[in-house]
Amino acid sequence: MNAVIPSDAVQAAWAALEALADPEIPVVSLRELGILRDVRQGADGLEVVITPTYSGCPAMGQIEDDVRATLQAAGLQGRVITQLAPAWTTDWMSDVAREKLRVYGIAPPQHRCASQAPAGESPLRFVRQAARPEVVPCPHCGSSHTVESSHFGSTACKALYKCLDCQEPFDYFKPY
Amino acid sequence: MSATANYLLHLADNAVVLGQRNAEWCGHGPAIEEDIALANVSLDLIGQARLLYQQAATELGGDATEDRLAYFRDVPEFRNYTLLELPHHSALVGYAKSDLDYGTTIVRNFLYSALMVLVWERLQQSKDEQLAAIAAKSLKEVRYHLRHSRDWLVRLGDGTDESHARVQAALDHLMPYTQEFWTGSSMEAAAVATGVGVDVAALKSDWDALVDDALQEATLVRPAVGGYVTQGKNGLHSEHLGFLLSEMQGLARAHPNASW
Repeated sequence: MNAVIPSDAVQAAWAALEALADPEIPVVSLRELGILRDVRQGADGLEVVITPTYSGCPAMGQIEDDVRATLQAAGLQGRVITQLAPAWTTDWMSDVAREKLRVYGIAPPQHRCASQAPAGESPLRFVRQAARPEVVPCPHCGSSHTVESSHFGSTACKALYKCLDCQEPFDYFKPY
Repeated sequence: MSATANYLLHLADNAVVLGQRNAEWCGHGPAIEEDIALANVSLDLIGQARLLYQQAATELGGDATEDRLAYFRDVPEFRNYTLLELPHHSALVGYAKSDLDYGTTIVRNFLYSALMVLVWERLQQSKDEQLAAIAAKSLKEVRYHLRHSRDWLVRLGDGTDESHARVQAALDHLMPYTQEFWTGSSMEAAAVATGVGVDVAALKSDWDALVDDALQEATLVRPAVGGYVTQGKNGLHSEHLGFLLSEMQGLARAHPNASW
């Protein structure tokens, strides 16, 4: 193997990891979801920084393994660092990723969180606000005549909805 | 043991014990959506517990690991609130058909989530940077747990005569255990003194407002509390914790150091 100079290694790692898909939602990449935070040259070599969506996300172990395997396949060596702060938010999801989710059948988050609960706002108001039903268009037929069937869906990051026009159930990626 | 490690264990034990309790609904939920909801809430709580145990293990050093802390400590070493280890029912009569009462589960999740929304909010400013980061993540999760339990509290309280009576009974049963939140301990005082912990007693009026607002909407009556103040956070537990731990820790203790 040729010796790789540091800045090239970072670029090569970005290129290799660019297309790495999320294990639960394979149509979007870890980068698009905001899980892959950074690739940098650390004191001991290449460092890949990832952040969990939810504290208990069971895919984190798989994601770490996938990142390592991808680096290895690209002939790179590096370590994976899990970083909690700043806490992951759906605001980091790109518009391209949102559209990919919709086409895949998952309704993307309908609002930004930063504007939803500014720092210092009391939890009492937050709860009242969140309790107000939100219009989530059906990803299958586009109808806004939909209803939440459950706060929780097949994974921690989704809620379960039903379309009252096309009658199809669908997942909603919760703004978070 | 350092004040910080003690305090981290208190927070971690709260999360893991309630996470284990709520996981008992897995496969037994009153509706499939609620089965999934409780499993998701448990997943969040166990995730929070893992992060907190990892940080406690770093603080303790030596051979401490998250698994050792969760699986190889005994009842008196656990520092969770007694409220969280209670089974999903109050005293059972001999002809009881089931030992799982969803009203009890909802009321407990509501009382605890209402507290933790306030605690995690303040802990974002903890002097322990990793704890502050865990708090910021956990806050988002517990807000959602509060929304879920509050919605169900209102639905059950303002529901049928039967659902109202059951959730009121659950409230009457559980509310006295919340006295433990506001009764100080040396473990908490030490963490507050170093700027790592939060003074929970100072959060009581905010908690009262959250609780009273929901109870009013749910047409429930807030019971007066008094009498014995439980001391789970000081290691004095009810008989229920032993059964919970034996189930949770059994596999790890039967196969120590196993990996899979």
